[in-house]
Amino acid sequence: MHLVIQALILGSLTGGVYALMASGQTLIFGIMKVINLAQGAFVIVASYLTFSLFQMTGLDPFLLIVITTPIMFILGVATQWFLLKPLRPDDAAELSLLVTFAVALGLEGALSLFYKTTLRSIMPGYENHSWTVWGYQVNEVRFYAFLLSIAMLGILYLLLQKTKFGRSVRATVQNPMSAQLLGVNSKAVSAFGFGLGVSTTAAAGAVFGLITPFNPGSHYDLISRLLTIVVLGGMGAIGGSVIAALMMGVGAALVSALASPIWSDFTFFIVLLLVLLIRPRGLFGAKVRGAL
Amino acid sequence: MSKAGIIRAVTFFGILALLPLGVKPQWVINLLIFTLMYSTLASSWNLIGGYAGYPSLGHAAFFGFGAYFIGIIFESSIGNGYNPFLILPLVGLCAGLISIPIGFIAMKTRKDVFAIVTITLLFMVQTLAYNLRAVTGGAQGKGVAVPPFDPANFGRPFYYVMLILLLVAMSISFYFRRSKIGLSLAAVRADEDKAHGVGIQVTAVKLIAFALSVGIASMVGGVWGYYEGFIYPQFAVDPLITIGMVLMTFLGGRATLWGPVLGAFILVPAQQYFAYEFGATQFYLLAYAAIFLIIMLVLPRGILPTLTDRIRIKAKIAVEANK
Repeated sequence: MHLVIQALILGSLTGGVYALMASGQTLIFGIMKVINLAQGAFVIVASYLTFSLFQMTGLDPFLLIVITTPIMFILGVATQWFLLKPLRPDDAAELSLLVTFAVALGLEGALSLFYKTTLRSIMPGYENHSWTVWGYQVNEVRFYAFLLSIAMLGILYLLLQKTKFGRSVRATVQNPMSAQLLGVNSKAVSAFGFGLGVSTTAAAGAVFGLITPFNPGSHYDLISRLLTIVVLGGMGAIGGSVIAALMMGVGAALVSALASPIWSDFTFFIVLLLVLLIRPRGLFGAKVRGAL
Repeated sequence: MSKAGIIRAVTFFGILALLPLGVKPQWVINLLIFTLMYSTLASSWNLIGGYAGYPSLGHAAFFGFGAYFIGIIFESSIGNGYNPFLILPLVGLCAGLISIPIGFIAMKTRKDVFAIVTITLLFMVQTLAYNLRAVTGGAQGKGVAVPPFDPANFGRPFYYVMLILLLVAMSISFYFRRSKIGLSLAAVRADEDKAHGVGIQVTAVKLIAFALSVGIASMVGGVWGYYEGFIYPQFAVDPLITIGMVLMTFLGGRATLWGPVLGAFILVPAQQYFAYEFGATQFYLLAYAAIFLIIMLVLPRGILPTLTDRIRIKAKIAVEANK
């Protein structure tokens, strides 16, 4: 029982971090109907950015998010503007997925030229601290990361619900054509939306670098987990992806505690297949065909 | 089959069949084996990714499956060296059978979901290859027994088997273009709902295309594993192999007979040349990604379709001018 509760704590804390990455992924899918296979690679880019900035400045990795978020945002906007927007409309659906895959490989290649393939970790000195609460270990970094994820998700929610930009985004998600007819500049919304989705990786990357050693190839570990979360939550449903991330975080932690860490990744694949078999639109996905 | 088509095919395969008799240097044969390997892989990917328009990102999983299949059976003894080649149809059959339930689930909804499931499959198979140490040897790799082939012509048997596999893949590809199944796939690619509406057995044709496609990929993997002699998870189940097939098919032209082969004949020698000149493997990834992005932005339909269109337009202009 002790083991199970410990796994539950660890899993929900990790799940919070995945929620942040996955909400960006879901936002991108919702606006552009593009599955961003490069989301994991962007997370790793952000991890390296934080790693380098931390080495240069010595500032706390959590503070550096203020610097890395705009950088990741610009990277996202640039990717959309230069690589996805120019695709011809008749092949866009088929090609955009492959473009993001190529972006992921390109980022991996660039990072491995620059940083080589040695595993790195961001070590501010408190990364292994933990509190003991009623006999359970609560890792300090994971706890802060969890709080940060909730804060970022809150900001994202406010941005989408309370601002004019958020309204245009939501309109585009619901019906791109009518949104355009009502005066929404869909090109700008797509570019900013993609940038916003990618900017969530700044915080996620910093946290990922704190809790796991990473190298340029690590985005492969992330991408299948993220995709499973997005499918489970229902593609295009941000709230769904948060809940799915928590569920998967707990599920994977339970499997790794009760069986072996080796099989925790397998949980994701099995869940993915089961969701597609039983409820293809995910937990909170819309019924319309366009949203799966 | 048109007369020009027969001549093209006979010349192509005739030259390739005679080539090893005249060309002796090991490195040339090695390069040719890899070119044939990728031609076959790209042609097989084209069956599902090109004709049906379902972009699979997980073919490397089946490639690795084939490599380990041969590696595990022929770990210690190999006889006269030809047995692994005789087992290949069984490898392909097993891969095809495995692909059916996976394909059934993955192709139920949308094309991008298919890509998600296949790319996830790739990483799951890689995880399996690392973790099932008792069977695969894990990160230490799995050795295959060395065949008693004549060292001077060591690559020759592998070369001919790859050539036969290419012939198989291209024959299926050719058959797909004209037959009912090929037309059904083209309809699926254009508009799956309408295709379903006019009574095409969409699920069946997609599953057949997927099973044939990964069956061939797994056989190629088997030959590769045997030829390499040592199978490591990171090379046998490598996203780069998947991206290689996709890239070559896109470069030459999707849903064409010769496009994937043309793509492979351009890219594999180029890749080997760059590896020789610059060495760094990390450079590969960057170059692959850059070429891929350029093709998709500048030449999204690939070389062959673009060229045939140009020629057609020119011919049309000439006809108009003669009137």
